[in-house]
Amino acid sequence: MNFFLTIIVDGLIQASWLFIVALGLTLVFGVLKILNIAHGSFYAIGAYVAATVVTLVAAHRLPPSVGFVAMLFAVALIAAAVGLLLERGLLKMFYGRDEVVLLLVTYAVFLILEDVTKLIWGVNPIYATQPYELFGNLEFAGLYYVGYDLVLIPISAAIGFAIWFGLNRTIMGKIVLAVIHNEEMSVSMGVRVNRVYAFAFAFGVLLAALAGALTAPKISMQPGLSSDVIILSFAIVVIGGLGSVEGAAVGAILVGLARAASVHLMPQAELFMIYLIMAGVLLFRPEGLFKRETARRI
Amino acid sequence: MNKGMHPLVMIGLVGAVTLFGRLLPTWTLSLATIAAANALISLGIVVLARTGNISFGQGLFYAAGGYGVALIANGWGLTDAVAQVIIGAVCGGVLGLVIGPLIARYSGIFFGMLTLALSMVFYGALVKSTALGGSDGFNVGRPTLFGIGFSDPREADFMLYAVSVITTGLAGIAATILFRSEFGLASLAVRENNLRVEYLGLSANRIISLNFVIAAIFAGASGAFALMAQRHIDPQFAYWTTSGEFVFVAVLAGNQSVAAVFVASMALELVRSFSNLYLPNTWQLVLGVFLLGVILFLPRGIGSLWVRDRRRKSTPATASEGTTKKEVVL
Repeated sequence: MNFFLTIIVDGLIQASWLFIVALGLTLVFGVLKILNIAHGSFYAIGAYVAATVVTLVAAHRLPPSVGFVAMLFAVALIAAAVGLLLERGLLKMFYGRDEVVLLLVTYAVFLILEDVTKLIWGVNPIYATQPYELFGNLEFAGLYYVGYDLVLIPISAAIGFAIWFGLNRTIMGKIVLAVIHNEEMSVSMGVRVNRVYAFAFAFGVLLAALAGALTAPKISMQPGLSSDVIILSFAIVVIGGLGSVEGAAVGAILVGLARAASVHLMPQAELFMIYLIMAGVLLFRPEGLFKRETARRI
Repeated sequence: MNKGMHPLVMIGLVGAVTLFGRLLPTWTLSLATIAAANALISLGIVVLARTGNISFGQGLFYAAGGYGVALIANGWGLTDAVAQVIIGAVCGGVLGLVIGPLIARYSGIFFGMLTLALSMVFYGALVKSTALGGSDGFNVGRPTLFGIGFSDPREADFMLYAVSVITTGLAGIAATILFRSEFGLASLAVRENNLRVEYLGLSANRIISLNFVIAAIFAGASGAFALMAQRHIDPQFAYWTTSGEFVFVAVLAGNQSVAAVFVASMALELVRSFSNLYLPNTWQLVLGVFLLGVILFLPRGIGSLWVRDRRRKSTPATASEGTTKKEVVL
């Protein structure tokens, strides 16, 4: 029994940060209809920026809690700037083109950002472990967990709820939903669709970078981080259904549990399991678990 | 369709390019071998892209071909280059036959994602399979040709160059014939609108599946070449960024001309080796900027530089239809 509890807790810890990344991906797809391959790069940038800030704060002999808060602020600022810049400066030029073309554009952005991060932060692993001890260790069901890991779960749940609430219960969110459903109609109703696009994309980048920052103390930052993360978050949003917030949550939990379960039960199958689930879901429900099929124009 | 070269002229061209390899310095030989192998797999992507679907997981067949050949080479001592290419093609083709009909039902992003997922399933399995060397992979011996071993590295390089250029050349000729055929035109029609193709009495699924199998065969053979050139194989063959590079070549080439695929592949290899030399660590950046430039300024690929675009003359009749002007790049 304890064993299963361990898997579930580990799975939820994994799911928490995966959910934040996937949420960004799914929002960008929902609003802009772009499947963003560069999303993993934003995660990596968030992680690297966080590491830099944390190290800087530690060098000034400030407490790690200051580092934690500072890294979140720095990452949010940089992510918003990068997101707006990319959307207004680059993606805007490709609107109206085929979805696959936009996929390739983001692939190009991925390639560029991959090298930009290498140029800025080098190719050696970087660590920023100071905030990891911030919340101490907790005993849970006879096992010790790092408090930081467990804190991630409510944080990600709160982010998920805030986004659900923002989308469904505020005027701003209703406007975004209107744009998702019918862009043309929204324009004619006076919605500034361009602004919604820019905002949504920047927000997606922000979520990816935030997840990067939150996980930065747990991992070592090195090249290849972005391509691993994007593959995981693709799996999640595809499982849940592109553009669905609930889907991202369920997908993240499924993938998190699958990862944790295979780590504990069958370490050989870790990567394998996730893509198998993704391929399985695609084969039987290509629109994902949480998306209704839409009629298409003949 | 467009009046192109006669197949015999093309065969002559391939022969000339092969003999030209005699004059090339050694470093360009191995470069050209890789370029020809990459052109082969990218040609497969172009073939498939004519149905409107882009595979982000050709690495799956590339790796399947490579691993199949490597296992047989090490297990049975089969080192003949031509036999290895055939085995690679068969490995890719059989896998394509299994997968093709399953995923022919999907289109656009879902098609791309599913192919990517399948190749990553394979990658995940390869990384963890200790019998196949895990993430390190394993080595294979030097290939031979018709019972002749090549101890002189220059001769070995030329042999590989010749086999890869001839194979890719023949594949290119076959593809040209295919593009001009009824089947090739039906493939283009699937891209425009698969439902209307169904109404005309053709099976869109079958057309996509067949093109998929062709792409898989090309990818498997290409994997065999990559194996022979590196004499080493590892799971990176199946990783999604490997597939991404082939998609890059296909986008760069566009679907206007088969020759463009070769030019694009050679261009990529040249850019790669020169950036490795002068701008280490930034060649992906160069690649990305290049890709953006092509999508922006040459949406139909470099092939459109010398193939006249007949479709541009037809004015956008669907303007009244609504929101987006649909233009497919490939």
